[in-house]
Amino acid sequence: MAVVETRELTKVFKQGELGAVNSVNLTTQEGEFLVFLGPSGSGKTTLLRMIAGLERPTSGEVLIGGDVVNHLSPRQRRIAMVFQSYALYPHLSVYKNIAFPLRAQRVPKDQHRVKVAWAAELLGIQKLLERKPRELSGGERQRVALARAIVREPSVFLLDEPLSNLDAKLRASARDELEQFHRRVGTTTIYVTHDQVEAMAMGDRVVVLHQGVVRQVGTPTEVYDRPADTFVATFLGSPPMNLLENGDVIVGFRPEHLVPAERAPGAAIALKLRAVNVEYLGSEWILYGRIEGERFADKVVIARLPDASGHSIGELYDFGVSERHLRFFDKESTVRTEPRSLA
Amino acid sequence: MTTGVERAAVKGQDRGYLLGAAMFAPAALYILLIIGVPFAMAFMYAFSDVTVGSEGMSFVGFDNFASILESPTFRKSLENSIIFTLASQALVLVGSTMLALALNKPFRGRKLVRFVLLLPWVAPISLGAIGWKWMLDSLYSVINWVLIHLHLVKEFDPPMWLGEPKLAMLSVILVHSWRLLPFSTVIILAGLTAIPKDIPEAAEVDGAGFWRTLFEITIPMMRPILNVALLFGIIFTFTDMTVVYVLTAGGPFDSTQVLPSYAFTTGILSGDLAQGAAVSLFLVPLLAAVAYGMLRVAARSEVV
Repeated sequence: MAVVETRELTKVFKQGELGAVNSVNLTTQEGEFLVFLGPSGSGKTTLLRMIAGLERPTSGEVLIGGDVVNHLSPRQRRIAMVFQSYALYPHLSVYKNIAFPLRAQRVPKDQHRVKVAWAAELLGIQKLLERKPRELSGGERQRVALARAIVREPSVFLLDEPLSNLDAKLRASARDELEQFHRRVGTTTIYVTHDQVEAMAMGDRVVVLHQGVVRQVGTPTEVYDRPADTFVATFLGSPPMNLLENGDVIVGFRPEHLVPAERAPGAAIALKLRAVNVEYLGSEWILYGRIEGERFADKVVIARLPDASGHSIGELYDFGVSERHLRFFDKESTVRTEPRSLA
Repeated sequence: MTTGVERAAVKGQDRGYLLGAAMFAPAALYILLIIGVPFAMAFMYAFSDVTVGSEGMSFVGFDNFASILESPTFRKSLENSIIFTLASQALVLVGSTMLALALNKPFRGRKLVRFVLLLPWVAPISLGAIGWKWMLDSLYSVINWVLIHLHLVKEFDPPMWLGEPKLAMLSVILVHSWRLLPFSTVIILAGLTAIPKDIPEAAEVDGAGFWRTLFEITIPMMRPILNVALLFGIIFTFTDMTVVYVLTAGGPFDSTQVLPSYAFTTGILSGDLAQGAAVSLFLVPLLAAVAYGMLRVAARSEVV
């Protein structure tokens, strides 16, 4: 087990252009499940590939277990990686797929069977060992890829969107399995995803990336409750945080904190909303309201309510947000600032 | 009972068949006339006593085959054909796999290199072969000139590339390989590009070095395409005589005579159509077996 660290890690693909990854400084904790979260093109996969040694950094350093590994090939870094496509070897049986890293690293042959059996049991794929990858379902392939990754007992796990090829139903159960799996093996894991639900559910900490820059590092609670800037505020959470300009600051509040006025006594912000759309999502309702009045007029904000069955489109309602739920961002830099009273 | 709609559908289908047949006919006719007819004639000739000058012919059964099997030149040609094919295919497969691997990696000027590499294939084969004939000429050989100036061979006793049996065989094999290399490289390159980038990367992360990745991942995954390249290569080599004919005309002393050139010499130059046909037909069952076997292997090694 080891700690991964990056120092001013930068990757520029085309000279003169904006880097894919820009001066990233990160340190994992021992045995941590760290998630890189960002939209596509945010540089999260490039960052992961530089840690794996598949991409050469333009500048900066990668450290694994305290040693600079920039000059080391992937095989010398003792990492294991699960690819988005799983990258199983199509011509080899599941057994041979899992045993491949052992063969490649010259583990004595008599240990192969034991180790493959151990990995297969951990992931519940003992019955699939004789099959070829194309005879497996998506979920089974994912488990084979994981088994192939753990069989050599790596110091670090790198997972590149391993759930994105699964259908929605399978994804939830695979997520749960991955979490349990991480708890059992306890290996430092870096997980790349663009899915905020995965990031929130699985990460010990989440690294939010945008345009190759780390916007925030924090626990799921931190990044959700105290977003570092407006990008994090709107990227996390669905529907995203409501943002309203007020002088030189931007005021933000989560849709679940925009509630009917009677449930927010002494609200810091009181809003008159003309309901423009009401959506029923089963466990909750989403209400889109256009603000009326002098402040924030014509802005549309979103409220997330346990029950909005009494609200109809076109009607005017009183809503409010209590003070402790307000977040403030600097208008210029978009970075979160100290709370202040609204003028 | 059929409804009007059904009948119209059936009629439409009929018209579809007709149109299909009409579109297909030129190709079928082309194959029939250019390949089918000569093939049938060769088949007929092989069992007859026809010569270039004869007016009629009578059928003689397997006499032609019996007689060519006894001919030492035929046996030598068969042996040469096999050596020629196996040696050039081995060279081509190894060479084109190496080239394809190199050309699959991005580098400056890759497009130009790819284009230059294709030249031996697009240039008329006889032209290329004539170029080689000059380069290997006993008096004017540039190759010998270079070797002499490098003091690698004696000035007054340079190798006679096309004049000594072993060297002549080596020369035709090398020139033929040079000629087939681009074709094979392009096929293998196509196979290589079809391998998802993730897979060699996964092998790299798994700890495999260059050779293990090559022999345990890349080549097995390319096997179907390698088979296709090999199948074409074998057929192009076994049935082709251009390089041999231009460079050595089968000589010296039949040391580079292959079955196609022997068939040509016997059937056309010497006028014994019947024997020439028998020689060329001799290859057909052999090649059919090779093709069948290769296609079976290609179909069985399912990838992805």
